[in-house]
Order: sequence, then structure tokens, then C-alpha cells
Amino acid sequence: MNVAHYSLAGLRQEMARDGIYLQTGAFVARVRSPVSQVAEGIHQLYADASILPTHGFADFHVTLAPPATYRRWFKPQVIFRSDGYAPFKPLPIDQAFALFEWGLNWCISSHAHQYLIIHAAAVEKHGFAAILPAPPGSGKSTLAAGLVNRGWRLLSDELTLLSREGMIQPVARPVSLKNQSIEVISQFAPQACIGRIVKDTIKGTVAHMRAPAGSVARVYEQAQPGWVIFPKYQAGVSATLTPMGGAEAFMGLAQNAFNYSLLAQEGFRRLTALMGASASYRFHYSDLEEAASVFDGIAEQRHANM
Amino acid sequence: MRTCDCAIVRALREPDRLDQFSMAEWDTLIRQGRRADLLARLHGLVQEKNLLASLPEAPRAHLQAARVVADKQATAVAWEVRKIRAAIAHTGAPLILLKGAAYCMAALAAGRGRVFSDVDILVPRQRINHVEAALMLHGWVATQHDAYDQRYYRTWMHEIPPLLHIRRLSVIDVHHAILPETARLRPDPALLLAAAQPIADEPGVYTLAPADMVLHSASHLFCGEFGHGLRDLSDIDLLLREFGTVAGFWDGLVARAQSLDLARPLYYALHWATRLFATPVPPIVLREIDACARPSTPVKTLMNALLQRTLAPDHASCRDALSVPARALLYARAHWLRMPPHLLAYHLAHKALFPPRAATN
Repeated sequence: MNVAHYSLAGLRQEMARDGIYLQTGAFVARVRSPVSQVAEGIHQLYADASILPTHGFADFHVTLAPPATYRRWFKPQVIFRSDGYAPFKPLPIDQAFALFEWGLNWCISSHAHQYLIIHAAAVEKHGFAAILPAPPGSGKSTLAAGLVNRGWRLLSDELTLLSREGMIQPVARPVSLKNQSIEVISQFAPQACIGRIVKDTIKGTVAHMRAPAGSVARVYEQAQPGWVIFPKYQAGVSATLTPMGGAEAFMGLAQNAFNYSLLAQEGFRRLTALMGASASYRFHYSDLEEAASVFDGIAEQRHANM
Repeated sequence: MRTCDCAIVRALREPDRLDQFSMAEWDTLIRQGRRADLLARLHGLVQEKNLLASLPEAPRAHLQAARVVADKQATAVAWEVRKIRAAIAHTGAPLILLKGAAYCMAALAAGRGRVFSDVDILVPRQRINHVEAALMLHGWVATQHDAYDQRYYRTWMHEIPPLLHIRRLSVIDVHHAILPETARLRPDPALLLAAAQPIADEPGVYTLAPADMVLHSASHLFCGEFGHGLRDLSDIDLLLREFGTVAGFWDGLVARAQSLDLARPLYYALHWATRLFATPVPPIVLREIDACARPSTPVKTLMNALLQRTLAPDHASCRDALSVPARALLYARAHWLRMPPHLLAYHLAHKALFPPRAATN
């Protein structure tokens, strides 16, 4: 049953009581929280995600609850826990939904070592995935949000999961937008569903965009890597793809992988295979529309060559 | 819930019955196993029996992910051990590995998927200063800067303060005995050193003798540290299963425990390993250990009630109303066994009056 099937009040009640088993891509998270901001965020931004019947298996058991101190009432806060363990300090309750997203990212990046986990967005068209690794602030999420509003499928926004077989495992959760990119995306894609804007977080002003329904529906469908593209937003430049040396791209990916050294030889093998299957580029852009047409160009070209 | 009925304990005891686990049981199993650091070990057991493919996909992925971490640690520990060997080579001290590092380097079943954070080594007491100096020359630095803590370790404990490698951030615990100088039980380190056995293909690196490995693990667990209680008991189970097939092992175990002053910890180890993991301990060995080390009935009843709770994973699914007091009581008992009352009073008073600063400088 989809999240959208629930009324907000019903979802809130369910989450406060036994929790919901939320299918978020490859993972099932059991989410319990009496905090209404979390229920609201999930209701709005996970509308197309499935809620599984309870009493089954969940990969992660997360709770978001007020601390058992005076901070329950005075300047209220919220704590994220994964099966009882709190990896972060409490945050203002206003940031509860963002904390849920960050917490889920933490769960994946600290447990799901069956994948090589790359700090990158990934989008797919015509069966091939473009992996967009980049440090925060390079505009990868903005670019990914732009592309998925122009027909690309969202595979993931923060964590790209590379399987043993060399395929990209979708996660298709909300896309995190920061600062100016919130305004940029609402202008670029007025139909996009963007959640509550929260100011003064550790990452500045943040908001999340709902993943397109089509991407959520195809979340079991892995994608073959096609490109590794290092994006960089630069005011005033025209969208340009510059071919990149394999070794340089390899190192760029390794630096952006959370568990590259943990996977040791296997990590090297997976990245080598990924480089073998992908063309690597640097990509400078300022205008999203133009960026989308460059991406469409390479996708059509690859499609035509098939 | 009784500890022997915990999902992770049942899984380790009878991995070939995992196909009967419901998804809800798998859910509990993965959570308990993660908390007890036993998922990678379970992966090893399942793999050994060729059952991995028969497991449901979602929990299997968690076992595989845990194994990735354990395998990386195994590689890292092999590297560390060779670095330590090179660092202390000229001191003439043998490099005797203890616990996890020993199981891992000696390729014992207990080492497969074993998760650990530091390397424990045993050196002869008269060489410990040389070894410490040699390690410091190779980049390991002391972690306890407080004068009281230094004295605590150097005067009363069985190890010097842990050493941290300044670049690799690996930690070594250098021991000269397996229990504190001030402890009630005093196993003679000379006996352990004399019986140490070389590891094949690792020149200059040793483990304790098989019986001594079991006894050390038992003393570690039942004289104090329950932080990884279930993992340590599972170590004992796997060691006993592996060594039990070697001729003469069972015949000498209880006598060795008596000569090392460790009969009581062995008593608990044998009984709890058979209870939780159905370890095949020969009945005659159980009778032998009962005859020389069984506690009085009230002590036995109390200890069983405490161990029942403390050996379970420290996870919500295993807790009852008495779990927290049980852990606290065994923690107090561990201190009681570590030091005579006057020293303990002095130590606790010092820690109360001068609490350790939150941030280390």
C-alpha cells in the first residue's frame, strides 16, 4: 500500500504507535516517531513509496523522538536513533524530517557494505546510468533534480550503490536541495513537489523534493552504468562536457566512496569494472535547461549506438 | 526470554535450521547479532555449511556486509602483527598474540568473522620495558597521560597503558599476565609463556597453547568483561569444538585449569557454552570440573541468574526488568575480583574525587 493511501492523521497515528515499514528503494526502514513533522514529511515526500505489512523484516529500525529532558518542551529537539543507537546530537524539532533523511543515509552508509557506496547522485535514461560524484556544493543534487524533471529516472541523490555485479541499485528517495537550488528547482520545475523549507541547518537552508513517481515505481530495477560525470556549477558558463582521463576519474570516485578502503580488493575491482563500462567527463554548467539538453544528447547518442 | 532462546544464539547453535526462521525472527536475529558483533561470525558458519544461497536475500545482505568489515579487519590485523614483529624483533621477546588477533593469525574457526578493535600481546614481564620502548620508536604512543592512570596500569594491572599508533591509529595492549597483579586468581604467566606455540608460516609469532587459549578467554569473560559476553562465549565454543578433536586436549584441560588457578572460570565457561551453544564437552570433563570448581548452591543460583541476563545481547529484544541490575552487579563483581577491598576503595575514591576529563588532551 502506498503512503498516499493513508490520511496524514492515520499515518501519524501509525508512526507514533507501532511504526511503519517504509520501502525506500533497496531497503525497508521501520520508522517510529511521535513527531508530527516526520509524519508530514513522509506523507508529502514519500507519497509513492510502499508501506509493507508489519511483522516482517526491516533493514533499519529508526526512531525520531524528543529527548527525555526539558528539551522536550523548551526549544524542543529531536533525536535520531537506529535500533537504539544515536549517531548524532539532537537537532531542533524543526529539522526533524531532514534528520530522518540524514539518519537514513547514515544507516545505509554505515551498514550496507554489500554495495560500494559512492557519495554521488545517479540518474538513468534508456537503460544507462550517469553517476554524478562531487563534493557538497558542486551542484550535483541540483543537476540531478533538474534532470529527473526532464525525463531522467532518479536512481539516487546522495548515495550511489554499486553492486557486486557492477549494477547501480536505485534508492529513489527525496532529493535534498540546499540554499539557492531550492528556488532554482521551483522555477525550473514548477510541478515538482518540494517540502517544507528549513533554515539554519548545518547545511544551510534545506528542503527536499519528492522523487518522481515513475522512479519510485521502478525502484527494483537496477541500471547499468554508462557515464561518470563530475559536475560543477559555475555562474555564466555554457554547459560543457570535457572528456576526463580514466585514472583521474577513478581517483575521483575512490575519494567520494565511503567504503572503498573497507571493500579493499573488491572495491578496486568494482571501480575498475565501473570505469570500463563508463565514459568519464567533467561537466560545467550554469543553466539547467541547457544542462538537460547536453545530457539528453549523450543519452540519445548511446541509445542510437546500441 | 531465556538467553538460549535468543534468535542469535539459536542461529549460532544450529545454523542448519536457519531455513525455518520466519522473516520476523530474521529481523530480531540481525539486530541482536549486530549488537553482539556476531553477524560476520554467523556468515562464516553459514558459508562453511554451504547454506548461504538458501537464506532470504535481505538478511543475507546484512551478513555479507558484516563479513566485509570483518575481512578488512583480518587483513589489517595481519599487517599490524607484522609491523609489531618487526618493531620488537631486536628485543628478543617472543610475540605472543592473545584473543582475536591470535585466532585470526592462527586461522582458527574462532577467527573467521571475528570482530575486534585492538591487538593484544603477551610478553615476559622482564622484557616489557624494552618492548614498550621499541614500540614507541616505531610510532606507538601512550594513550593515558594522567599520572594516576599510569600508576594504576603499571603498579596494579596486568598490562601497560594501551599504545596507539600515531599514523595508523591502531591500538596494542601489551600484557605481562592475563589477570591483574591485584586479582584474586593468579595464573602464573611463566606457565603460559613456556607453553606458547609458534604459528605456522609466521616466524617469531606465537599463540598460547590450545588449553591456555580457552582458559584465557574464560578468565577474561568470567572474571570481568561482559561488554562482548556472548561473542566471547561463542569464541570459547568454537575453540572447544576445534581443539576438542585434537588427541589429549580434553584429558589435560581441567588439570591445566587447576595449575593456572582458573578452574572456576573454566567451570562457568564449560557449563554456559554447553547450555547456550550445545558445545560437545565430554561428560567426564564436566564431572571433573564440577568436582573441583563447582560453586556452592546459593552462589551458583545467583551467578546463573546474573549470567543468564548478562550473556544475552544488550538489545531491547533480550532485556527484562532485571537486566540492568544484573549487568551492574556483575560489573561490581568484576571490580571485586580485580582488586582487594582497600585498593578498590582507594581506586573508586580517586575516580570519584578526580573524575576523568571528558576530552583527552
